[in-house]
Amino acid sequence: MDNLYRDFILEHYKNPHNKGHLDPHDLHFADSNPTCGDEMSMTIVLDGAKQAIADVAFDGRGCAISQASASILTDELRGKTLDEITAMDPKELLDELGVPIGPARLKCALLSYKVLQGAVHGGEVAWPEEAEAVG
Amino acid sequence: MYEEPTRSGKRLVFLDAAASAPKPRVVIDAVADMYSHHYANVHRGIYELSEDATARFEGARRAVARFLGAPSEREVVFVRNATEAINLVAYSWGRANVGPGDRIVTTQLEHHANIVPWQQLCREVGATLEYVAITDDGRLDMDDLRARLEPRAGQPLRLLAVAQVSNALGTINPVAEITEMAHAAGALALVDAAQSAPHMPIDIKEIGCDFLAVSGHKMLGPSGIGALWGRRELLEAMPPFMTGGSMILRVTLEGAEWNSVPHKFEAGTPAIAEAVGWGAAIGYLESLGMDRVREHERYLFEHAWKALSGVEGVRLLGPADPEIHAGVISIVMDEIHPHDVATIFDSEGVAVRAGHHCAQPVMIRYDIPATTRASFYVYNDLDDVEALAGAVQTARTVFGV
Repeated sequence: MDNLYRDFILEHYKNPHNKGHLDPHDLHFADSNPTCGDEMSMTIVLDGAKQAIADVAFDGRGCAISQASASILTDELRGKTLDEITAMDPKELLDELGVPIGPARLKCALLSYKVLQGAVHGGEVAWPEEAEAVG
Repeated sequence: MYEEPTRSGKRLVFLDAAASAPKPRVVIDAVADMYSHHYANVHRGIYELSEDATARFEGARRAVARFLGAPSEREVVFVRNATEAINLVAYSWGRANVGPGDRIVTTQLEHHANIVPWQQLCREVGATLEYVAITDDGRLDMDDLRARLEPRAGQPLRLLAVAQVSNALGTINPVAEITEMAHAAGALALVDAAQSAPHMPIDIKEIGCDFLAVSGHKMLGPSGIGALWGRRELLEAMPPFMTGGSMILRVTLEGAEWNSVPHKFEAGTPAIAEAVGWGAAIGYLESLGMDRVREHERYLFEHAWKALSGVEGVRLLGPADPEIHAGVISIVMDEIHPHDVATIFDSEGVAVRAGHHCAQPVMIRYDIPATTRASFYVYNDLDDVEALAGAVQTARTVFGV
């Protein structure tokens, strides 16, 4: 547990990066984690060619894991093309969190990934397989 | 209680009875004994083993009727759980008795199981569903209830559905008084007793309601068995909910005649060993005495409330008065999300529920995403209350609040 709530995670939770709502924006999507009621939205501004992410912000409320995950994920998105976003592997985000995520918390850790994919696809996408693990 | 240590090596402090209760040895033994020595299908075989199984299954029905203070065991329908019991009423009684323009009233503190079946029913038949408001301290707003029971031309009130105990807040509702008010308004009353029957004396005759729903697994019994109690004349007039084997008297290619109540509502092979296990759980609770169970939980609640209510950054939901608060404590911690609270508690061996507790309207009412809920039962003691208080401090330390 001390592992799970390392300073790194708590710092992102207390001072999240890219938190807010961009207006105007090109892409917007909101989703929730049905098991805990956490809600998250993401707004994205694309570059001139509408091919890559120029700016991104997330908003909503949730646990330390979901908020830190969104903060870390959104830090890396500027400059990425939409194709690169689609090809992102959720495992990389779990690795980057750098803490062991138990089965009960995987959806918390991957909510930001799901919201991002929903924004890029223009509608809700399924949870990545990694989030459905039960043990 | 389980003797295996938790992942963290700490003693397990189980505070999630409101979700589902662990099973005492007598229940586990009763289920094993049923499968080992008495198992066959019920109500069918013309042989000793089946007669034995049927007698034990029907014995469990008598135990449920006795425990709930039901006028007759023939009014006890075995279902999977309280959710199925409420759905049975919504589908069977509801589709036959609720029509366009009619009203159903439930409350803002209900479990989803006592909301969604009514939403579906009202949507289908063109009726209106209304919710009684709750106060800041988690009680039903009785003035609002009274206003909703006022007669309205062309909008007859058909049913009032209310929980005896809120699973999210712990509030004990005055269901006998509410039933009387519903009857005076010309409506039937359904009581969701899933969170009350396991924890306090209950008597259907005193409540005076028309339907009552209960789950076995929350009262030390197996999962997959519960009951709907309904007034006989209502059950007899209701069409079957599910059809098939054992709920019929006679089937021809042209049609069927229904079996008598309660069998009319029990299509297919029931949860036989589970019912028998539930009967054993009821015997166990009766041997403890439900008055003493309630007293024990009130004692733990008062200590927990006292230990937590003064802690900075901690807010407790529901009424402070132990007379109207069951052994459920819903905790909101400033700056710390309930999921994080529960994970930190888990690392201390303290098992609690974090989430909306299938009562999202309650969360909306208090503008919170979720709560951390600790719930007590017969096996808990003051050490567990202390562990809970200690875990709250650990959470504050980890988050530096």
